[in-house]
Amino acid sequence: MRYFLPIWILIVAVSIGVLGFRESVLRKPPIEVFPDMDRQMKFRPQVPNEFFRDNRASRLPASGTVARSEPRRNVAGGAVVYSYEDHPVNSGKMTGTTNWVELNPTVIDAQSMARGRQRFEINCLPCHGPLGDGNGVTKKLGMAVVATLHDPRIVKMSDGELFHVISNGRNLMGPYASQLAVEDRWAVISYLRALQFSRLGSLEDVPAQFRASLNK
Amino acid sequence: MSDIFPKWTNKLPTRVIAGALIAGTTVFAGITYYATPKYTRVGYQPVQPVAFSHAIHVDQVGLDCRYCHNGVEKSWYSNIPAASTCMNCHNQILANDPKLALVRESYNTGKAIPWVQIHKTPDYVYFNHSVHVNRGVSCFSCHGEINKMDEVRHAQPLSMGFCLDCHRNPEKNIRPPEQVFNLNWHTNEAAQLQLGEKFVHDWKVNSSQNCSACHR
Repeated sequence: MRYFLPIWILIVAVSIGVLGFRESVLRKPPIEVFPDMDRQMKFRPQVPNEFFRDNRASRLPASGTVARSEPRRNVAGGAVVYSYEDHPVNSGKMTGTTNWVELNPTVIDAQSMARGRQRFEINCLPCHGPLGDGNGVTKKLGMAVVATLHDPRIVKMSDGELFHVISNGRNLMGPYASQLAVEDRWAVISYLRALQFSRLGSLEDVPAQFRASLNK
Repeated sequence: MSDIFPKWTNKLPTRVIAGALIAGTTVFAGITYYATPKYTRVGYQPVQPVAFSHAIHVDQVGLDCRYCHNGVEKSWYSNIPAASTCMNCHNQILANDPKLALVRESYNTGKAIPWVQIHKTPDYVYFNHSVHVNRGVSCFSCHGEINKMDEVRHAQPLSMGFCLDCHRNPEKNIRPPEQVFNLNWHTNEAAQLQLGEKFVHDWKVNSSQNCSACHR
């Protein structure tokens, strides 16, 4: 006992010293105590894979390919439109031409408006600001030019052109096609139109029962 | 007999038993404390190739989680954003900052940024992000205060026990859908239970405890 106890206490102290405590910062990958089948011969999304030249396991669709299933929901008139079709809802252009469509080809209702607002606030608000006036947080951080969406140039833009700008970007604004689904882009456009209308309207546009609350 | 067994051997059995007890207890305590994801995983904080700070982007700038992790509501995994998402702002903000050299390189050449994955479930676990965030489980429940982290740190054990705790009592973690991505939203325990129970009932939340819910 005379030898055992001090030695044991030393062992325990050294172990604690080496292993540390729970919740301390660990820079090395976690030890997997029972690693049976934890890591299998398969690839999860966005992991590296040296087989391909770009070292990515996740592959992009070959360029020019279009998804063939899943019709667009929410197209006005209840039409079934697939993503490969030359339809305004996919391109923002009138079928068979290069002219922008004037009006949003999707159904605009309270639901799509709410969705548009939500997506606007996620994707557009950082730069264009909650009111769309170009006073987003990025302006304070050094973003030089952010368009105000109430600019007459943009108010007069057709819905199709707006769709094109959101999808492909313009000037310093990047493309949002990969962040916003087609339906969401149109929903954002309908919400944007509401934002613009709120600046253009007069008191007569407000339903009679709400006018009093505006004068407060 | 005293020739064969000297006197000190009289105390040997008690000493062996006492020693074994002390050794056994400490070994047991050590395994309980260390051989669990609460020790092996929590606190994992690898050095990332780009010093991206969630604290700056979410807490100070106010970006929504979904600006970058835009697939989280649709997909079983929450995507790491493409370099083009970073460049939507960083083409102008900190445009020549050496800290962002890898991001610019990735944007220009398509070379992947070698991010180090922190939260890694075993390959036989099929955790679905979209199901959870669309049913009121906030990022906070599994990732902790990630909005305040300068460097991402593994905040919760993400062990099977951790999953089951919530699957047995989902009302403790279900919050109003509009607060799922608002990591600053907190309420007291009683109000949380009341809200949670209402949502579990209204949405018919069936947090399955079958093996096949997660293991396939």
